[in-house]
Amino acid sequence: MPNFELHSHKQIIKHREVVDDDWSVLKLIEDGTPETVEVPAGKIIVPVKVWLAQREQLLGRAARRELGIWFASDELAHTVKDDLDKFAVVAVDFPKFSDGRGYSIAYNLRKRLGYQGELRAIGDVLRDQLFQMLRCGFNAYATRQDRNIHDALKGLTVFSETYQASVDNELPLFRRHQRGALPEHSDIGAGI
Amino acid sequence: MYRYDQYDHLIVRERIAQYRDQVRRRLADELTEEEFLPLRLQNGLYMQRHAYMLRIAVPYGLLSTAQMRMFAHIARKYDRGYGHFTTRQNIQFNWIELEQTPDILTDLASVEMHAIQTSGNCIRNTTTDEFAGVAADEIVDARPYAEIIRQWSTFHPEFIALPRKFKIAINGAVEDRAAIAVHDIGLTAVRNEAGEVGFKFMVGGGLGRTPILGSVINEFVPWQHLLTYTEAIMRVYNQFGRRDNKYKARIKILVKAVGAEEFARMVEAEFADLKDGPETLTREEVERVAQWFNPKPYLTLPNIDPRAEHADNKAFANWLMRNVKPHKVPGYASVVLSLKKTGVPPGDATAEQMDFVADLADKYSFNELRVTHEQNLVLADVEQSKLFEVWQQAKARGLATPNIGLLTDMISCPGGDYCSLANAKSIPIAAAIAERFDNLDFQHDIGDIELNISGCINACGHHHVGHIGVLGVDKDGAEWYQVSIGGAQGNESAIGKIIGPSFSAPQMPEVIGRLLEVYVKNRVEGERFVDVAQRLGVAPFKEHVYATPIPAGAKVGEDEYA
Repeated sequence: MPNFELHSHKQIIKHREVVDDDWSVLKLIEDGTPETVEVPAGKIIVPVKVWLAQREQLLGRAARRELGIWFASDELAHTVKDDLDKFAVVAVDFPKFSDGRGYSIAYNLRKRLGYQGELRAIGDVLRDQLFQMLRCGFNAYATRQDRNIHDALKGLTVFSETYQASVDNELPLFRRHQRGALPEHSDIGAGI
Repeated sequence: MYRYDQYDHLIVRERIAQYRDQVRRRLADELTEEEFLPLRLQNGLYMQRHAYMLRIAVPYGLLSTAQMRMFAHIARKYDRGYGHFTTRQNIQFNWIELEQTPDILTDLASVEMHAIQTSGNCIRNTTTDEFAGVAADEIVDARPYAEIIRQWSTFHPEFIALPRKFKIAINGAVEDRAAIAVHDIGLTAVRNEAGEVGFKFMVGGGLGRTPILGSVINEFVPWQHLLTYTEAIMRVYNQFGRRDNKYKARIKILVKAVGAEEFARMVEAEFADLKDGPETLTREEVERVAQWFNPKPYLTLPNIDPRAEHADNKAFANWLMRNVKPHKVPGYASVVLSLKKTGVPPGDATAEQMDFVADLADKYSFNELRVTHEQNLVLADVEQSKLFEVWQQAKARGLATPNIGLLTDMISCPGGDYCSLANAKSIPIAAAIAERFDNLDFQHDIGDIELNISGCINACGHHHVGHIGVLGVDKDGAEWYQVSIGGAQGNESAIGKIIGPSFSAPQMPEVIGRLLEVYVKNRVEGERFVDVAQRLGVAPFKEHVYATPIPAGAKVGEDEYA
């Protein structure tokens, strides 16, 4: 029995389109340890811990662009700060849609560490999170497979303006636009 | 007050469309209740004991009269003719149909209102001093900064699924009227020697089951860095706040666990990366927002003594003493309209009263109203010469009870009559105490005292910081009340101490009576109840309260208020 599971999505959302996907996400199970798990052939997204434990063995596969890593929500972006350019995919897991740590991981990967490649949200990824994921720097989404992925696409276009800066918008609203001219008369509060 | 521009309007409009679709998907079972929960909470919609409750944002407690009239409209059209003003300077409606919430939001948007982030594990509405901008002791007007934080925190993509709710309060006056020490972030706007504005950052305060006063982590953050420094705190909290236990997830637990110094160091490390970045505030932006809060078109008036013309009117004099506050502009005063008339749940207002206070504000206070965190309303800018007229009119509508800061000006959460979290009822306890001590002469003799009642450990009634705090607890399926004394909000914030075993509902008025007896016997000139409680400690109060058994007495008529 292998001490891991492979999870794959036939389709994901990438750059605002539904596309086919041939990656598998490796998750350790039972007695699987990062040191001993044998990463199978193919395009695999491994846990950060596996990368850190088997870096030397996996470097070659990474060089062939067959390796990705994924962060658990309690891991910090900087644990792999010098290796980020080696991966074809970096993913962040949302174990529950209510766990918002992944947004900060994404922000740090993009803004702090300058990661430029594919950043994929995996796990409990639902339509109503996609807009904030997009803003924090995700550009790919393995949405939950029991839901319509085309429907989920609509989650990327909820708002056309936002107040604060993030990864998608380097500047906050007040630096992007000339805002709020004074009213012509001063009946503040009246007749709205 | 702040007026929305095209961008604010667009964001609110798109929000309604998003939420309307979420409700549609929930009703069509495309969303499970579990998935819908955080979505509706972030729109202030709770499932309560009997129905949905909708909490509408009143940013930093400031309302136009058009907005107040909209509340009256909502109360009539979608609710049962009244609303409830809360300690969050918001309003809640208790009898809402899910299907109607998108329409309510559409109505609200017509007056630049919404329910964004009034609940949920995100940054809640920022609160401030109800007298900001007019208080005689003001150093910095906190309102523009509160509005700047409101905008920055609205749909912040990174901080929308925090470990727990997050509350920010700002005070800009000598006296803290924003209870900053019991907020996740408590800001004090201050000026340095050069006269420049900055913020003292206090972090990790909060009530609930682990009451903790905030710790100062930075004495002076220049105003330019208000948002970036706050963002640094939020990022530390989002990454390191506990998520394994809901009851240990607030930032106060994190700050306590690592220590305030270490927490400050973690924030500094984040801030180093953000400092001088794009979210750094510009003078233009602060001025743009601040111009909306510019002084009103005040007349040049002399200060007068409104008592002079009505020297023999004791009721008016009482009202002036308790409900009228000094103003920084000569000839003006601020008026607190009491929502604490005996027999009415604290903070409740009928649609008729809402329309009426809107009329009053149109006539006497530049078309604006404010909501206080003690659940009253304020007319901030009344000419002193008009105070008698305002008093007469407010009195006719039951809004001039001269009890601000007195025993019957209680804070009370909605309690078990409405709230599904509550272990016990609050409103009937408040009502029974108010009835027992209805005598105003007695109340004036007791003087300043804060009685805060919560129906459960979540402490929406801020019982920990009440001079007298009452907490509803469940014991073997029955409702009991635990009493603490010596708590305080403001500059001298303190967490109250429990006096002993809890009481049944009918015993509560007598318990309060006995506490007051100890106070009256021991006070020296000028001492408030809380001063005596803190000076003497719990012992003499405990001794007197438990000296002889308190008869269970008649049952309180709670159904009357349910």
